[in-house]
Parts: sequence; C-alpha cells; structure tokens
Amino acid sequence: MTDRSWLPLLRRYGSVVVLALVVVVASVAFDTFATFDNFRNIAIQSSFPAIVALGMTFVIISGGIDLSVGSVFALGGVVAAYGSRWGTVPALGLSLGIAGVFGLINGLLIARTRLAPFIVTLATLLAGRGLLLSITEEGSHTYLVPRDSFFTLLGQGSIFGIGFPVWLTLFLFAVAGIVLHHTGFGQCTFAVGGSEEAANLMGLPVVRTKIGVYLLSGLLAGLAGALNAARLSSGVTILGVGLELDAISAVVIGGTLLAGGSGHATGTLAGVLLLGVIQNSINQIGTLNSSYQAVISGLFLVVVITVQTALGERRTR
Amino acid sequence: MSGSFAIVDLVEVSKRFPGVRALDGVSLQLWPGEVHALVGENGAGKSTLIKVLTGAYRPDGGQLKYEGRAVSFANPMAAQAAGISTIYQEVNLVPRMSVAQNLFLGREPRTRFGLIDRARVRKEAAEQLAAYGITADVDRQLDSLGVGARQMVALARAVSAQARVVVMDEPTSSLEPREVQTLFGVIDSLRARGIAVVYVSHRMDELYRICDRVTVLRDGRVVHTGKLAELERVRLIGLMLGHELSEARRHAHAGTSPAIQGGTPVLEARGLTRKLHQRKVLEDVSVTIQPGKVVGLGGLLGSGRSETAKAIAGAMPLDAGDVWVAGAPVRTGSTAAALRAGICLLPEDRKGEGIIPNLSVRENIVLAAMGRLSRFGVVSESRQNAIVETFIRRLRIKVSSPEQRVRELSGGNQQKVLLARWLCLNPKVLLLDEPTRGIDVGAKAEVSGLIDELAQSGLGVLLISSELEELIEGSSEIFVLREGRVVKHLGPGEVTEAHLLAALAVGSPAEEPAHHG
Amino acid sequence: MADAQRVDRARILAWLQDYGVYIAVGALLLVNALITPNFFSVANIQTQAVQVAPVVIVALGMALVIGTEGVDLSVGSSMALAAAVLPLYLGYGAGVAIAVALAAGAGAGLVNGALVAFVGIQPILATLALLVGGRGLALVVADGQLKQIENPALLSLGAEDIAGIPILVAFALVLTLGVAFLVKKTTFGRHLVAVGDNRVASQLAGLPVGRVLVGVYVLSGLFAALAGVLASARLTASDPSSIGNLIELSAITSVVVGGTPLSGGSIRVVGTVMGALLMQLLRATLIKHDLPDSAGQMTQAVIIVLAVYLTRERAT
Repeated sequence: MTDRSWLPLLRRYGSVVVLALVVVVASVAFDTFATFDNFRNIAIQSSFPAIVALGMTFVIISGGIDLSVGSVFALGGVVAAYGSRWGTVPALGLSLGIAGVFGLINGLLIARTRLAPFIVTLATLLAGRGLLLSITEEGSHTYLVPRDSFFTLLGQGSIFGIGFPVWLTLFLFAVAGIVLHHTGFGQCTFAVGGSEEAANLMGLPVVRTKIGVYLLSGLLAGLAGALNAARLSSGVTILGVGLELDAISAVVIGGTLLAGGSGHATGTLAGVLLLGVIQNSINQIGTLNSSYQAVISGLFLVVVITVQTALGERRTR
Repeated sequence: MSGSFAIVDLVEVSKRFPGVRALDGVSLQLWPGEVHALVGENGAGKSTLIKVLTGAYRPDGGQLKYEGRAVSFANPMAAQAAGISTIYQEVNLVPRMSVAQNLFLGREPRTRFGLIDRARVRKEAAEQLAAYGITADVDRQLDSLGVGARQMVALARAVSAQARVVVMDEPTSSLEPREVQTLFGVIDSLRARGIAVVYVSHRMDELYRICDRVTVLRDGRVVHTGKLAELERVRLIGLMLGHELSEARRHAHAGTSPAIQGGTPVLEARGLTRKLHQRKVLEDVSVTIQPGKVVGLGGLLGSGRSETAKAIAGAMPLDAGDVWVAGAPVRTGSTAAALRAGICLLPEDRKGEGIIPNLSVRENIVLAAMGRLSRFGVVSESRQNAIVETFIRRLRIKVSSPEQRVRELSGGNQQKVLLARWLCLNPKVLLLDEPTRGIDVGAKAEVSGLIDELAQSGLGVLLISSELEELIEGSSEIFVLREGRVVKHLGPGEVTEAHLLAALAVGSPAEEPAHHG
Repeated sequence: MADAQRVDRARILAWLQDYGVYIAVGALLLVNALITPNFFSVANIQTQAVQVAPVVIVALGMALVIGTEGVDLSVGSSMALAAAVLPLYLGYGAGVAIAVALAAGAGAGLVNGALVAFVGIQPILATLALLVGGRGLALVVADGQLKQIENPALLSLGAEDIAGIPILVAFALVLTLGVAFLVKKTTFGRHLVAVGDNRVASQLAGLPVGRVLVGVYVLSGLFAALAGVLASARLTASDPSSIGNLIELSAITSVVVGGTPLSGGSIRVVGTVMGALLMQLLRATLIKHDLPDSAGQMTQAVIIVLAVYLTRERAT
C-alpha cells in the first residue's frame, strides 16, 4: 500500500504555498503591489467572500453544496440596511434571522428528504432572489444606512489601521478551525461527508449535523451581507450574483474536496486571498481586462480538480 | 463455559420479506466467552440473522433475549449501546479521517471546556491499537493503512464500546495470513474476557482453528448446531449445501465423449493473477474450454469464480495472465477486445450489471449489436425486429410485446433476454455466472436446456453455479477454486457429487483430501 | 394492503411526472384565456415564442446531458463565448462568423466532455470550472464591451420570419424535432439513454461510453452557442457580460419540470419544451397582471422542488 501521508499535507498547505508564491511574484513584478495600503485593500475586499466561503467550507466538507449563499448575502445586506434605522442590533438581528430561516429550510429539506443539495439550494437561490425583489420594490429601492450610525462602523471602522471586517474574518476562521477539529459537531461534519453510511452505522447525529452546516452557511452568508451593507452604507440589491461560484472556487482551490470528508478552513482563506491577489494583480497591470481573473480562476479550478482526481480523490460510487 | 446463562438467546425467530421467508423458526444461543461460527451459503439467512441480532431488523416471530431478558432493539444504535457490536466485511469507518479520530468518533474524551482533547485521543488511540498490533502513527488517514489494519481499527472500536457480544462478518476476507494471526490473538483475548463472538465466514480452515461451536443455516432454518470439533468438514459442507453424503448420488455426466484433448480449445486462459489491496483475488488461475463443451467452475463463496469470469471477459484488469480464443490471443482488461474476440459474459448481478431496466426487451436484446443493425447511425427497427422475434421464439421469452420494458419481466425471462443479447453477437465463448439464480424451477430447466443446446452448437461455455446439482449435471469437467486458486480439476468420470464435495472440503494444502472413491 | 396503496400512489406520481407539465401548461393557457386580454393575439404569441426560443434550444442540449446523469452548468458561458466571438469574424461574412461561434461552444463542450469522460471529474465540478473560466474568456475576447451588430444577414436571423414564424422560433422547432429524432431513432441516442440508465451494463455490453459522454457535452455547448448567436442577432448586439446569465438554471428547470429525471436514462424532449414554455408562461402571466417578478421567481423555486421530488419518488 503506497504511503500517501504526504497527500493530506499537500491538500492542507498547497494553496498557502501557491498564495505565497503568487504574492512574491507580484511583489517583484509590480511596484505598487507590496504596500501596506494595497494589502489592506486586498484584505478588506476579501473578507466578505471569505466569510461566505467559510460557511461553504462546512457544507462542502459534509458532502453537500450551497448554491443559495449569493441570494442570502444580498438579502442579508438589504435587510440589514433596512433595519439599521432602528440601530445595530435590529439590523444584525433581522439579517441573521432571515439568513437563518433560509439556512434552516435548506438543511431541513436536504437532511429529511433525499433531494440533492444542488436542487434544493438552487430553489432557495431563486426564492431568495424573489424575496429580495419583493422587499425592494422589484429591485428599485435601495435602503440607506443612517450616516454616523454605529452600524456603519462595523463595516467601515478599523482597528490598528486594519478594517474591522478583516479582524472579524480572522476571528471567525479561528473559531471555525476549533469547531472543525475540536468539537463533536466538527468531527461529525467530516464523518458525514466522508462516509454517510459509516456515520449512520456509528450512530452519529447525521440529520442534526446536516441541518447545522446549512444553517451555519446561511448565517455566515447573511452576516457577510450585513457587513457589506455597513461598509457601503446601503443595501445594494444586485450584489451576490455568482457569489456562490466564487465561494465554491475558493473552497476547492483551498484543498477541500468537493466530494466531502476532508478540508481545512485555512485552505479556504488561502483560496479566497489567492483569488483576491490575482484580481489585484490584474488591476495592477491596468491594461488587462479584469475578466482575466475569471479565466485564471477557471484554469486554477480545472488544474486543482484534475490533480485531485488523478491522485485518486474521486468520489467512490 | 462459565456455567452462567446464555448472553444471547434467539428463540424461534422468524423474519419474512415480500415473497420470501428469510428466517424460519431460528433458535440460537450464545454463551459468554465462546466463539460461535455461523455458516451457510448465499441466501441461507446469515445476514438477516445478524441484522435481527444487531437491531437492524425486528423479527416477525419469536423472541430475542439478551442477558436473560427479552429485548427489542429499535435500531442498531440501541443494540450497540446495549453491548452488541459488529464489524463488517466492508470496513465501515470514515476513510479520510485519521485512525485516532475513527476510533473515538462520537465519544471523544473532552477537556474541561467541553472541547475534544486531541492529545488524549492520540495517546489513548495509540495505546489501544498497540494491543491490536498496530504501531502506525494514529494521525495517519485511515485509508493510508492496509485493509487488515483498518479491520483492526474497526475491531478496536467495536470492542472498546463495552461490548459483550462482537459479531464479525467475514472479518478475514481482506486479510493477509499474518494479520489473520493477529486477529485470532485478539479473539482469544476477547474470549478470555468473557465476550461472546459470532464468527461468520466460509473459510473452513479458520472456522476450525478458532471457533468453538457452529450453527449451520440453510434456507432460513437451522440445520445443525453443536461443537465444531465434532463435525467433519465434509459433513459441514454437505449440510450447508443440502447434500448429505450418505445420500450422495454417483452421477456421471450423461453423454461424456472421450476427452478430446487434441484440437484447439475455444478458450484458453493461463496464469490469471490479480491482486487488490494486498489480497490475492486471483492467483495463477488457468482454465481451458474445448468447443462444444460446458466447463464448470466450482467453489464456495469468495473463491474467485466470478472474478475469473470477469477477468476472461475483460471486465477486470489483470496483473498477469493471458487469454486465447480459438488460438488467437485476446487483449486482457478490455471488454471491447473480449467482445470482439467473441467472449460474452452473463454477469451474476443481473439487475445491476445486466439489464438496462427502463429500455424495452427489444433494445436490451440488440444493445450490443445495435451498431451493426443500424444504417448510417439511424436505428433500423425492421432489422432489429427480425432478430428480436427470432430470439423470442427460440428462447421462448415470455413477453407481452417486444416493446415491454425489461424490468417488468420475471427473472427467468430477463436472463433469457440477456442470453439473447450475447447470441446476437455470435459468440465463441459464453461465460455464465449463476445463470439460473433467482429463477423459478420451470425456467431453470429451460435455461439449462438452452445452455446444453448452445454448447452442442459449438460454443464453449463456462458455467458458474452455487447449486451443486446444476454444476454437476451441466458440466463435462469442473475446475474447483479456493481463495483465488485452482485446487482441483475434475475430469470426465470425476464429475460427481462425492468428488466435488471432497474437493470443496479440502483443507490447507498440507492436509490430504479425503478420498471417497 | 399497504402494498396496493403504494402501487397506486406510485402510478399516480409516475403519471404526474410524465404529464404534469402538460396539465400545468394547459391550466396556465386557460387562465390566461380567461383573464388576460389579447393573450392569444398573433403578436403576443410571437413575442412569447421568440422569448422562449433561446431557453428551449439550451434546454434541449441540457436534456441530453442530464440523460446521461450529468449536468452542464457552463451553457451560459458558452452562449457568452459565442456572442463574444461573433463580431470579431463578421468581417468574413455572417456564415463564417456563425461557424466560428458555434465551434467555440462546441470546443467548450469538448473540454467538459473530456474532463468528465476521461479524467473522471464529476460533471458539476467540470462544468463549474468552464462556467467560471468560459465567461471570463468571453469577456476577455470581447474586451468587456458590448458591440453593436450591423451585419444585415445576421440581423435578419433575429428579425425576420419564415412562413410567418420568426426564424428564432423556427430554429427551436427544428432542433426539437432533430433532438427527438436523435434520442429515439439514432444509435447515438439509444446508446445515450442506455448509458444514463445503467452505465455498468452498457460498458459490459461494449457500448462506447466515453464517446457518448463527450458527444453530449459537445452538443450541449453547440446548442448553447447557437442560442447565443440567435439571441445576439435578436438583441442586435453582442453582450457577453449579460447574455445567458443564469440560463443554466432555466434550462435545468425546464428539463426537470418536463419530466426528465436527474438520474438519467430517460429523456422527454417534448416535455422539456413544455417545461420551458411553462416557465415562460408563468413569467408572462405575472408581468401582464402587474405582479412582481419576485412572485415569479418564488413560484419557480417551488415548482423545481416539486418536480424533482416527484422524479425522486419514481427512482427505486
């Protein structure tokens, strides 16, 4: 039996290494890349997709997928902007509340019926968009966050010169790491994704775990949306389209297997940063079409997935 | 025996499923500290019995008593909590998690704050597994270990849960001899601790080495229960297969012509070898079939018969070995090459690997030949119909119309459809894996008759069957397999029940097979 | 007793799965006949038909892929690629430009097919990568810009009629017939269905599984490209940034609602068209009665879940 103990190491740190490489290359290639300001920008811009991708990490480790995060993100933002007129707590409360409802719907449908997560979250994606339209008069109304409210600080404030969302993101990722590796829920997530049959036979709370990961994904997406609204001081309605793809890409590039059962929060963070750095680099070049980022993302995806498959990480039938 | 009460007492347990009585009044007792063998061929009721014992099924009749009290387990978890653990043939752990994680999944030791104490998990896992002969780093992914080691982890997990009964379902099927030794050592220690072990296996050697008592199941009933040392192997196999040696009919194959040893065999397979996960699936298997003959492949469950057929048909890659059809070499490992050479396989799993359930009878029959029957890529229904009608008539397939969906046919008719599919290709060699399984008696006779007809028309036929009678009556010679190797060849004149039983009962090579002449 | 009830229920569900979409379409038509003025006017029928035609074309390709138990998320990007490539080659004439656009879509499909059939990547992942990368490529090729189309031959495709039927709609009709023929009467189509129904048995029977899989993805990409060309012609502009957005969702919905199971093995061509029509009618009904688009999206969501639920019940 080949000793493939280097494989988990590769999966865990591969994306970090690539990230480091790309950063080095970009620093050498562009004068304006390796500045504190630029890094700070990259960090804050990446923090919102990072929070969404964190939730997606849990879902994918459990063997599922959540296509509705884009809609929930947008909903979270709009609802937070709406609720901000009454204060920060109502703003957050409303957005997390509605995000939680969507997450619960996903989780319940997926865990209780045998419907594919793909289809269920596709439906909630559509339903979410629909709800979004209906509460913003078909997308025309943008709720504004009252200026100078505490809520805006959440998105625009900074500590030691680094934006609050960045600190929050780091905090959330740290907590997620602990949850994944030091709690029963985390272990169950891996087990369910690795072999649901075995998890069932071992008597693990499979249904509860599944509901939990989708709930978590929804909440995090909603939180990210609320923070984004705080940063923009408004609930923009057209956001979030395609966000789920960015999140999935980041998670997969970060080394988490789409088939489930294996993954790291660190990898996802590296994946998000990698995509952010690439985007930033393309902007640095200035003359290149920003859409190159999508092409490169696509290429990265193909390479990572091919390598994963070739190394035998295929989902067993 | 400690003289205490039986830890498990199954009293007249019955279990029905639509159309079949899986268990019929089964009674069985398990004593603390005994290793109890449970044997029976496919469909005898072993797995149903295990499922009743471990709480996956509820019996329709009879009673399950555990520790002296009648119990009814709501689900396997309840049984596990009560102390009945199971390890399966397919290791039911999570492959991508670490060894230590798998061991403690669901019951990890915690720190003061309620978080999992990873250090303790690692330490205690290493300690526990050392007793099972595993010295590998417990942080390794489970699937980086060999199957044997994985089996040990599963066992360690099962036992650590305060088990009083451990059920082992084919535990050694993927183990190397050295690992089997370790397993037996562990079983001995379980015995010393007063834990009862149910040992389900078809490997005679092991049963006789490690088990104290045996229960033989056949057709859902207990046909024997008692001390294993008092039961001769040949008699054990006879009980499993339903052939009492005292009634053995000396039955020579009708119409055996003197063996035509000259002439090119229509199929020759030499040295077929395949290793999977360090387990020898096939080891140097060689089979020869002369045109017009039916060659039987005999052996107990797990002996490698289906694998041999699959290997010849190119459906299983080979590490070594060659195949010739009518003297011409055939590329192994490719179904397309085998089909081109004229080798067709009727697989054991009709539903999963044979029929295309939602397509019509017509399309299932012409499936492999569709390309040849089409004009410029367009299906020619007229050509198809002609052929389909011929076969429906010739094989007497009962259908309401050729357009009927094949999933609606009876098992026997489905089998005929599959036969027709291959006959469309004018094969030279037909490999039939359990062709009459799950078919009613009338259809069985028809299919057997068809097989004879086909052989007489010049085809070479390889017949695999778990029913001794069918194998003996249908074959002119038999290759007997055991654990992936050919252990005996029964030529014309030796194809009798007595010879076959003796060959199946053969112990380890050092033992002399009993001769019942 | 429970068995008999179960059989009846199964039969009803199966019937619903196969014909439910026809009933739904019929019901919507009826409703509109009663409460929507001028619904059955020629102008309106033409408008509806023209709007739904691109979705139908894409959905037909998607149906083929789903028939093999796969899915193609990249169809929108193939549309965008085709739209992006189109204006670049119009200088050589409409014919050449269209041919290159179609080739681009087919090429994307080829990559998908190869990844799925020969590398063994799950269809969701492979087509996801193409989805992300393809649209990016399209935007790069077009330099992110919307370009006006002035080529008269191309424009006529989008604006003119054949025998009273808008050309777009004619394409959709012809393709529907073509795909129906493909699925029912060609070796490739029958192989496709067999592979989707039982891949292992098909392999053992010597069917060219790899070729079939590559074929369906190429066709899907090709159809999407065609839809992209036609949609651009109608729009009189090539807009790679927005064309085909979320069309994979509409296509999958049409296929599923039309009665084709996600587990493969059975393709309902007319059902797929009906599914697309149903969604179109739904949206049209809401618009004509000033009902918000949001209601439409939510209804769509419910319909998808229902349709898949019905399909799942059948698969045993």
